[in-house]
Order: sequence, then structure tokens, then C-alpha cells
Amino acid sequence: MEIISLEGTEDTPKIMLDKENGIFEISGRSLPEDSAEFYQPILDWIAEYSKDPNPKTEFVFKLEYFNTASSKLILDVLSALEEIDNISVLWYYHEDDEDMEEAGEEFEELVEGIDFQFLTY
Amino acid sequence: MKYIYDLHNTMLNENLILVYEGEFTQEITKSVLAMAERNMDSMGEESSTKRKVFNVMVECLQNIVKHGEEHRNSDDPSKNNAIFMIGKREDEYLVISGNPIKDEHISSLKEKLEEINSLDKDGLKQLYKSIIKSGELSDKGGAGLGFVDMARKSGRKLLYDFHPMTDQYSFFSLTTVIARA
Repeated sequence: MEIISLEGTEDTPKIMLDKENGIFEISGRSLPEDSAEFYQPILDWIAEYSKDPNPKTEFVFKLEYFNTASSKLILDVLSALEEIDNISVLWYYHEDDEDMEEAGEEFEELVEGIDFQFLTY
Repeated sequence: MKYIYDLHNTMLNENLILVYEGEFTQEITKSVLAMAERNMDSMGEESSTKRKVFNVMVECLQNIVKHGEEHRNSDDPSKNNAIFMIGKREDEYLVISGNPIKDEHISSLKEKLEEINSLDKDGLKQLYKSIIKSGELSDKGGAGLGFVDMARKSGRKLLYDFHPMTDQYSFFSLTTVIARA
């Protein structure tokens, strides 16, 4: 499967989706002008991956900041992950960033069948 | 040339550390954010305060950009102009914006803001979750989610006002207060 590897910018997150090496990560800042357009290739990739996933998938979110327009798309990403067996989300937040911790907990409440682990950095 | 001195004094008196007036785009948004971030960094601001201010600024600026795009076709280009300011007081930051809106949109906007201001912390959380879960939200956000987020990060009421401009337009002013940690 192809690898998606995007460098982060001041308004878009770093993306790394690599099935072979088991790396799935969205990190940094997400406040793109058009969040739907930005996240579409990621949603497409996950849909393809979920047809034949690895035995175990650990999906890392390590976001410093995301805007409300991105929050809907992050929920779409999580909903797409619901389809995958043996999926866990590693939700990283800065140790003094309660808002990001709470955001992760809210996403956990909005999806089903995903094991969330909360980690600080 | 006295207006220059007057403007200078207004900024000092109102504790405004940043003012931008003009057309708003994503590029301008990024520049304004970078300037405000540098400003807060150089003043050694607490990271939790910085994050909240940044968060509110993004929602506020992107609201203006989005609103401006909807009105790009209007015959008077100045209708796209808006103002964005940051005020810094001893114990709080103010994220302030002002932009023209069509009178016909005032009542729904007011209703949304009143609903948000009537809710406590938990009520805002529930509203936030119900909006992102529902299909109400367009791909660019909307449905007042930005305002909900601003209110959550602020922890205070959103302050707003509508001032008549012409027979069709009013000036919508919005202030979000963020306490300094």
C-alpha cells in the first residue's frame, strides 16, 4: 500500500500513514483553509487500509492545536477507524494542555469500538 | 495628521497590542496569528494562556474569512472589510473583531449567541458534541461551532453588539475575554 507522508506546516498537520511499518500518525497543527479537502486523501487511505488491515493498529494523534472545522474531519477519521479490528488510538497531549486532553475524551465518547489511550508529551 | 496621534492614543488607552483592518484571507489569518504568537512569546506569556488566546483568534479570524467569502459578490468592496484586534490587560486578553453583516442575518446570529451565553461549561460541551455529531456542520465549519468553541475556551460570556451602518447592513462587534493564567 502506498505511503502518505506529509510534512507539517503552520496550518496543516504532519501526516504519516505507512501500513508496512505500522506507522499511523497525525500531529501538529490543523487549521487548514479547507479542512474537508485536506483530510479527504487521509479518509480515502483509511478506507482502503480497513479492507486489509494489519493484525494490530495503533493510530497516533499528537495534536498541538486543531480548529473547529478540523474537529469534524478528525471525527470522520475516527469513524473510519471504527471499522478496523484491534484498533487503538494513542491520544497525546501536552502535559499542561487540559483542553487537548478533554478534546480526546470527547472524541472517545463520540465513537464506538476504539480503545483510547491517553499519553502526555 | 492628528488622526495618527489619536489612533496611537486610542490603542494605548484601550491596551490594544495588535490591530488589523482590511480584507481577511487565510494568508492574512496566518500572518496575524504569527504576529500575536511572537508578541505573547516575547512577553513570556504562560503556555496555557497562549494556547487559549491562539484558539480563540483562529476561530474568530476564520469566521471573518468565511463570512467575507459569502459576501464577495456584493457591489461595495468595503463590505468585505473587517477589523481584528487584540487587547491585553493586566489580568486578561481580549480578542475583538468587527465586521459588516446583512441585517437579515442579525436575528439568527443573536439567537445563536444568546443560546451559547445561556449555557454553563457542561451545556457548552454537550452543544459542541451535538453539533459535530450532526450533519448540520458544513465542511468549512459553521453552525456556530466556532462561537461555541470560543465560549468554551473563554469561560465567560461572549460580548457582542450590532451597530446600524446602512439600511441593509449593520456592524457586528464581538469580544471574547480570556483570563491570564
